[in-house]
Amino acid sequence: MARKYREIGKAGWGYTAITTVVGLIYFFPVLWIILTAFKTRTDALAVPPKLFFTPTFDNFVSVFYRSSITTGTSQATDMALYFFNSIFIAGVSVTAALIVGTLAAYAFSRYPLRGNDTYLFIILTTRMLPPIVVIIPIFLMFRLSGLAGSYWGIILLYTAFNIPFSVWLVKSFFDELNPEIEDAARMDGASERRVFFRFCIPQILAGLSATFVFGLILTWNEFLFALLLTGVETRTVPVAMARTMGGEVGVDYGLLAAIVTLFLIPIFFVTFLLQNQLLRGVTFGTVKK
Amino acid sequence: MTIELKKLTKRFGSLTAVEAIDLDVGDGEVLCLLGPSGCGKTTTLRMVAGLEYASEGDVFLQGKRVNDLAPRDRNVAMSFQFYALYPSLSVAENLAFPLHGEGLSKSEINARVQRISDTLQLGGILNRTPGQLAEGEKQRVAVGRSIIRDPNCFLFDEPLSRLDVQLREEMRGEIKEVLQDLSKPTVIVTHDQLEALTMADRIAVMRDGRIEQVDTPHNVFQRPSNLFVAGFIGTPQMNLIPATFTALHGDDTAEFAVEGGQTLTVVVDPAIKTLAPGAKVTLGIRPRNLEISTEPVADGLSTRIDIVEPMGAETLAHMNDGHHDLRLVTDWRVPLTEGEQAHTRFPPGTTHIFTEDEQVLRTP
Repeated sequence: MARKYREIGKAGWGYTAITTVVGLIYFFPVLWIILTAFKTRTDALAVPPKLFFTPTFDNFVSVFYRSSITTGTSQATDMALYFFNSIFIAGVSVTAALIVGTLAAYAFSRYPLRGNDTYLFIILTTRMLPPIVVIIPIFLMFRLSGLAGSYWGIILLYTAFNIPFSVWLVKSFFDELNPEIEDAARMDGASERRVFFRFCIPQILAGLSATFVFGLILTWNEFLFALLLTGVETRTVPVAMARTMGGEVGVDYGLLAAIVTLFLIPIFFVTFLLQNQLLRGVTFGTVKK
Repeated sequence: MTIELKKLTKRFGSLTAVEAIDLDVGDGEVLCLLGPSGCGKTTTLRMVAGLEYASEGDVFLQGKRVNDLAPRDRNVAMSFQFYALYPSLSVAENLAFPLHGEGLSKSEINARVQRISDTLQLGGILNRTPGQLAEGEKQRVAVGRSIIRDPNCFLFDEPLSRLDVQLREEMRGEIKEVLQDLSKPTVIVTHDQLEALTMADRIAVMRDGRIEQVDTPHNVFQRPSNLFVAGFIGTPQMNLIPATFTALHGDDTAEFAVEGGQTLTVVVDPAIKTLAPGAKVTLGIRPRNLEISTEPVADGLSTRIDIVEPMGAETLAHMNDGHHDLRLVTDWRVPLTEGEQAHTRFPPGTTHIFTEDEQVLRTP
């Protein structure tokens, strides 16, 4: 009897169905959050959960304007500021880390130090540390230097935390490049600066985008350091979100879901914008040659 | 003398990649650096280009010592093995790039690009990017980019290694034609002897960082100066048979004993006189020089035919006398049967003799 074997390049409907189910399970929490953001308080707490309901934008309004419990008058919340903080802090620190990281990565790749791998390993170990290990000394350093609560403090910290990751990722992109192109440019009269900006950077734009997005997501979601090292003025959304929980009225799920939904949008937007670059970036070495 | 290397040496840590090379390339001369992988030929080229520092020794271009000059200050054009086209630039921009440092006007640049594109038939692809080109087109653009300037010399690193056989033959002719028009000193690095033999005015055969022989293609093939060159140049490879020199008859007829008890009496170079009987030598004869004989002869070895490989116009036979493998190429009409006895003949003057230090024994 001839052996049956699967045709390469095709999956059956069954596999597609299973994958879809798994995908839905993964996506369910996100769906729940987005739906809840449009529900009234009663709908949000209804058992069994309502799939069909009249959507309301009240939650989104109350993210930014809320009536005070004590006086009853509607007043602006600081949420707009916190969103600005999150965008500003994450944007600046990830960009700064990407710039520093790219320059460092090029140096590590093209002008290796004596004991280059040791340096790279040490850089990586800073990334392996659980943040909680260093939080106390860092907190003290920030208190003593007066950086606690300032924009520069938290930006500096996030930049420092993103650099190792950027160096490693971007170095792997530089390593993949064909050094002959740089040599050719040198022979053709290009200065070292021109070689770097004109020929190396354009070739790894996809990789840089991927690095940027990964760094952005990590920083955007960061909670622990933000909780300890930001002040009232520099608070980021994750911290602010945590602070809306509890209080006199208990957990307002609708409000929380609305904040989370808004919180999703910038990341979603950036990822969507860079999706082509991202795909090429994460699959860089695997398909290029 | 426009490229001159003096005692040029390159060390990578404890490894010596290139050892004290002396080499001259004249105006309009094409020199091929030929050798197996890792013999230091590309490193030598890169030292001329300025992409590697010389550990010792000097590089002179047009009589000027350039050891301390950066690549862009040496005015050297180089074409790379993997073409090294600038991926983000179009073909036209690739071609024009080397001209940017020359202070030319836009119309001059365009005129030059036009001229190169006419020479190399790049007209249809000027606006494409390298990613959209076929291998042969990439090679053409790479050559075009290296000849668009007016440099001191041209360097080619394995220019044809990435092309398929047919394209390679085509490009070999094209490059040769282009180089003849340029009349600049040119160095081509290759591991393909056919490429070297066809394109070069002179060939420098390299092994382990040293130059084994520098000579015309004809001489490198006909008069190899040592065992390595003899074995490296020529396909199929030269037959190399260890033997003992036993006696000299007359001026140049020497008798050799080979392993297995057979003796061989052949007319060789008169320099054999300098050897004392009993000396260990290696006999070398090209497969195309070996002849088939119907009878056992004094100037030949009796063997058995192991494998017969028809190669079209010729037939290659692998033969064995129980101790040595012999390769013989003969006209396709000569009947050869696998497993049969065959007698070979070493025609007068075709046998090279290499002494124990692997150098050839030959009157200059």
